[in-house]
Amino acid sequence: MGENFRVIDNYLMVKMPEEIDHHKSSYISENADKFIVQKQVNHVVFDFEDTKFMDSSGIGIILGRYKKIACFGGKVFAIHADNRIRHLLMISGLHKIVEIMD
Amino acid sequence: MKNEMKMEFDAISANEAFARVAVAAFVSELDPTLEEVSDIKTAVSEAVTNAIIHGYEGMEGGKVNIRCLINQDVLHVEVMDKGKGIEDIEKAMEPLFTTKPELNRSGMGFPFMEAFMDDLEVLSVPGEGTTVIMKKKIGCIPWIEDEE
Repeated sequence: MGENFRVIDNYLMVKMPEEIDHHKSSYISENADKFIVQKQVNHVVFDFEDTKFMDSSGIGIILGRYKKIACFGGKVFAIHADNRIRHLLMISGLHKIVEIMD
Repeated sequence: MKNEMKMEFDAISANEAFARVAVAAFVSELDPTLEEVSDIKTAVSEAVTNAIIHGYEGMEGGKVNIRCLINQDVLHVEVMDKGKGIEDIEKAMEPLFTTKPELNRSGMGFPFMEAFMDDLEVLSVPGEGTTVIMKKKIGCIPWIEDEE
């Protein structure tokens, strides 16, 4: 579990799994929240390098974490997002709150 | 060409991946593009997830039925549950509307089904269940143009 979550300075890096659906989402959300509270990170970076499938559960994960950190000025980033994931972020309007990095 | 497939499985989250992969495998005879396969998998995943967490609200013993029909180059998918049904379908289909924000639901299930399939119909009777009917034409330019 631990290897999917890393804290660098006040950034939490979350390595997203190959398939992101409802079945996997509570595990990611719960563990990310643990790190946000215990390590007091400000920002969350979602790494989609390994991700080959995502449904709206992935949007829920990002939105939920954003709500947790936004009130403290935290930001959410997406890295290694392919065209498919960018498209999903776009149609759900999440590109307005997630900074998509190349 | 016509081809039909039916399946029934327990309404548990571990079956979400199985369901979308099974439908994607069934449609492979139409030689879909990778993008079309992703579209179908996302839409099926949304419908099955809805059946499990909203229809049955995580209760054990529920079954989800999927019926797929290929007619020429059109895929027809029905996802059925005998769960609690939807009171207000129009409201349920609104982007970002969710009855389960505590479960980190985004309210994007129906909008994603609409975005990735060519046609979406939702039939529901409160107390009896919900059927989601989706259609997608394979191997040609989508009916609705992409935004880019």
